[in-house]
Parts: sequence; C-alpha cells; structure tokens
Amino acid sequence: MSSENLDIAYVAKLARIALTDDEVERFGAQLGDLLGHVATLADLDLDSIPATAQVVESRNVVREDCERPSLDRETVLNGAPQRQGAFVRVPRIIGQA
Amino acid sequence: MKYEAVIGIECHVELKTASKMFCGCANRFGAEPNTLICPVCMGMPGSLPVPNAAAIEYMIRAGLAFKAAIPAYSKFDRKNYFYPDMPKNYQISQYDMPLTQGGVVRYWLEDGTIRECRLTRIHLEEDTGKSTHAGSGDGRIAGSSYSLVDFNRAGVPLMECVSEPDLRSAEEAVAFLEMLRRTLMAIGVSDVKMEEGSLRCDANVSIRPIGSETYGTKTEIKNMNSFRSVRRAIESEIARQSAMLDAGERIVQETLGWDEANGTTISMRSKELAHDYRYFPDPDLVPMEISEERVAAVRAKMSPLPIDRFERYAKEYGFNIKQTTQLIDAPEIADFFDRTVEVSKHPQQTQNFVLGDLSRLANESGIAIHQSPVSPEHLGELVTLVEAKTINSKIAKELLARMWAGEGSPKAIVEREGLAQTSDPAALARFVDEVLAANAASVEEYRAGKSNVFGFLVGAVMKNSRGKADPAAVNALLRERLGG
Repeated sequence: MSSENLDIAYVAKLARIALTDDEVERFGAQLGDLLGHVATLADLDLDSIPATAQVVESRNVVREDCERPSLDRETVLNGAPQRQGAFVRVPRIIGQA
Repeated sequence: MKYEAVIGIECHVELKTASKMFCGCANRFGAEPNTLICPVCMGMPGSLPVPNAAAIEYMIRAGLAFKAAIPAYSKFDRKNYFYPDMPKNYQISQYDMPLTQGGVVRYWLEDGTIRECRLTRIHLEEDTGKSTHAGSGDGRIAGSSYSLVDFNRAGVPLMECVSEPDLRSAEEAVAFLEMLRRTLMAIGVSDVKMEEGSLRCDANVSIRPIGSETYGTKTEIKNMNSFRSVRRAIESEIARQSAMLDAGERIVQETLGWDEANGTTISMRSKELAHDYRYFPDPDLVPMEISEERVAAVRAKMSPLPIDRFERYAKEYGFNIKQTTQLIDAPEIADFFDRTVEVSKHPQQTQNFVLGDLSRLANESGIAIHQSPVSPEHLGELVTLVEAKTINSKIAKELLARMWAGEGSPKAIVEREGLAQTSDPAALARFVDEVLAANAASVEEYRAGKSNVFGFLVGAVMKNSRGKADPAAVNALLRERLGG
C-alpha cells in the first residue's frame, strides 16, 4: 500500500481527531512511511508462510467462569467527566452512531 | 400487484455465564447501576481481557444445536466506533473468523409444518452499556438533551446470530424466533428473555413481485420488544412497502424504529455515514483453536434438542401440535416424560397422565411434577398396569393421588392390597347378581324405560367390587342380564 491510498483526513475523522492542514500533511507523510516499510514484505517470497494475525504462539488462553469483585461505584463515578446520581452522564447521542 | 416478503433476522443473545466475557465482573441483570464494572470492562489503559471459557463452550453448543460448522481456528477482532455506552471505543467482536459458520434453524408453524431458515453465522462479542435518554421527558432519544449510562451490561458475553433471508412472512419470522429461543434455553446458554433484553432482534425486510428471483431494497427494523411487536412491525412494514411500490414509489434503504404505541415504523436515521468499523484482529487476545475432540465432548453432554423432540412427539408418537409444544416448552417436564416412556413404552397413555392428572396435581399443590414424589419409574409402572388392564382408570387415578402423597411404587400397592382388576367371569357375575338382587326397584324402573338408572347400577357393581371390576365388562354383563 502506498501513501496515495491513504486518506489521512478520512482516517482522522473516523478516529475523531481534529487535525490542522499542516498536521494532515505531516502525519500523512509519517503514516505513508510506515506503510512503505511494511510493503517491503511484498519483496520477499512468503508463499510457504501461512498468514497470521498474531505473532505470539499461545492459543486458547481463557479463564474459568468465576465471579470476582468489581470496583467501588463511587471510585468509578468520580473518574467520569460528568455524573448524575448512580449514572455516568453523557452528551445527547442523537446524530451520532 | 402481489408481493412476496423476504425477511432475515439478526439476533443478539446474552449468554448466561456467571461472569462477563473478558473479566470477572458479575453477569447479572437488575443490579444497582454501575456496580458491576472493573478496569477491563471499562477499557482502562493497561488492563487486559481474558476470554471466559464457559462463553466459548456455549457458542459450541449453539453451533451444534443448529448444525453449524465449528471452524478449527477462530479469533477476536476489534470493531471500532464511538458511542457513549461503549467505554473502550471499540467492541471486541468477531469479523472474518467466527466461532460458528452456517447452520440451519428448523422450526415449526402452528399447524405443525416444519420449515427451515439457514444461518449465516453465530459469533461471539461483548455487550455495551445501557443508555437512558433523558431531558426529553419521555425517555426517548428524539428531543433528549443528554443520556445516562449504566455500564453493568458492558462486557457481558453476547452471541450475535445472523440468518439468511429465508423467511417469507411475519408468521415465519416469529416461529423462527420462538424456535431460536426455545433451543437456546434448552441447551442452557441463555435465559433468552426479551423483556430483560437478553434476547434482542432486528429484522431486515424487503418485498418482491411473486415469482421474482431478485431481491428488492431492504429496510432494517429495530426496537421490537416482544414477539408480538416483531409480528406487527414486519406486517406493517410489508404493507408500507407494498403500498409504496403500488404507487410507483421507490423504497429507500434505511433503518426504521418500531413505534409500538402507534403501530408504525418510523425512520431513525436519514443521513447515515457508511459504516467503516476498521475491523482488525485484537492484539490483546490470542486465537482460539477448537479441536474435534473438544466439539465431541460438548456434543456428548448436550441436552435433547426441541426439534428432535418435536419430530418424536408429533411424528412418531402422533401427539397434536398443542400438546407437543406444551411438553417441549417445559423441558423438565419433557425430561420427566421421556424417562417415563422408557419404562412404560406407551407414549400416549403416559402423556395423558403427565399433561392431565399429574399437571392438575402439580397446579393444585404448587409443586412441579419433576420435583414431586412421583418418579418416572413409578409413573411408568402405573401406565404399564393400566395398559395391561391390571387396573382400571378409576383405580389408576386413586393410585396416582397416593403416589403423589409419597406412597411409592403403584405395583407394590396393587399387590399388597389386591387391587388388580377382576377378570374372572364368575366373580364378575356374582358382583352383578348381588347388585341386581339388592336393587329390585331400580331394575323395575329400568325395564319400564327409565334408562338413566343403568348408570346407577354400573356404579353399584363397581362399588361392590371395590373398584376392581372392569367397567366395560360390567356394562356388557349388566345389559345382558337386563335384557339389552
């Protein structure tokens, strides 16, 4: 993938990050370099190597279905930007999603 | 024009585990808001998710119940989007390698017809928190100025079940959902309660002229809170789309909300950004490898499936659809019934007892049949005694009441108290003749044409035999003696 395929403004919008024009330019170039680096893989002969999404070899790491104590509610709610009673209060949702 | 509906269903089902999907917080409905949360389900930096082994086993059970493929390799992915009830800003879900693929739901309609609806996949993910929209006065999203979030539900294991567009009517869609619900309940993976949100479903609906092979433009209906509203919403949407096509209008692909109070679907979002969730494999979670041995071990412990019971009860035993459904939808009673039939070998007579006298005793006492002192073995004995005509139905009724009271084996009671039906013709003749001699007046009345005296005489003979006479034989002999 080359940097021409990278729509930095679109990616920033999806990630809810506001970028200035300068930043679009700068980060676009940096991300393009990263993709270019990964693209060197295309020069290698990888036919015999199966695709993977994980670099560690472990499999099936699970835990037993046991209940453990949760956090104290006050501790949690005091960490929220806004609260109302026992709830976290957030801006209206309509128009998003 | 005549149209045919094409319907697909998407269901979310919360799994009935003790703890959440990736952390040890309790998975419990109805707790005080925001008391079941921890750094993992709140997505705090540095916390690491670890999958719940029970949830994975439940997925295998569901896959087996619907004859889906259980791939040897599966993984979790991140689905990235922003919503205030999702604390991590991504949902751990499964994208291209779900735990189950394909499968089919075989369900029955009210008349007993069996239909099939293919499944695309069932995958495992985590639920989001629950928002209450406030500031509008009526709790609805439109007009609300802010929302209140309870994160107790965030991270609860959630199974997403996607069907192929194989359903052709609201009736089929509801029957499919009922089948999904009773199956997931029977295999013990979920409470599947729509009223508590452990079963939530959306419907994709389109219509096309009958005979057409191509699909029309579909709409997605959300916010259906009961099977009744699913039926009404789909029917209303089919009518709306038909009227639009008849008027030469075009259907717009959109998301609709079902408005239960007004009985209509309403547009939820008109200007919708094409979703781009930027799925990628979750680097915090290692892949799952499900061996054939593991699948076989889960299969070996599976409870009987409702569809298999249906085929046996309705097709093999010949029960009507109402009785069949009644038994299947009470799995403990169906288990009790099955174990009794193993002993009695007489399904119909067993069913008569279970759904008849035994259910009545259960209702009167408030004790469930499977928790009563009547064991399947003893009920099986009782059915055998009736079928062999060792006892008549009146004695059987009395015995059942005594078994319910804890007296144990009916066979033992019959032997101990000599309750076996009298088939000896000489003894029967004696019982009849004694009654006729003692009731000369009644005999006269009968001969004079007062036919209802006959029942009294039969009763008297039965009483004289202490209930042991075969009523049919008593009838025949009395008629003979009285001259027809």
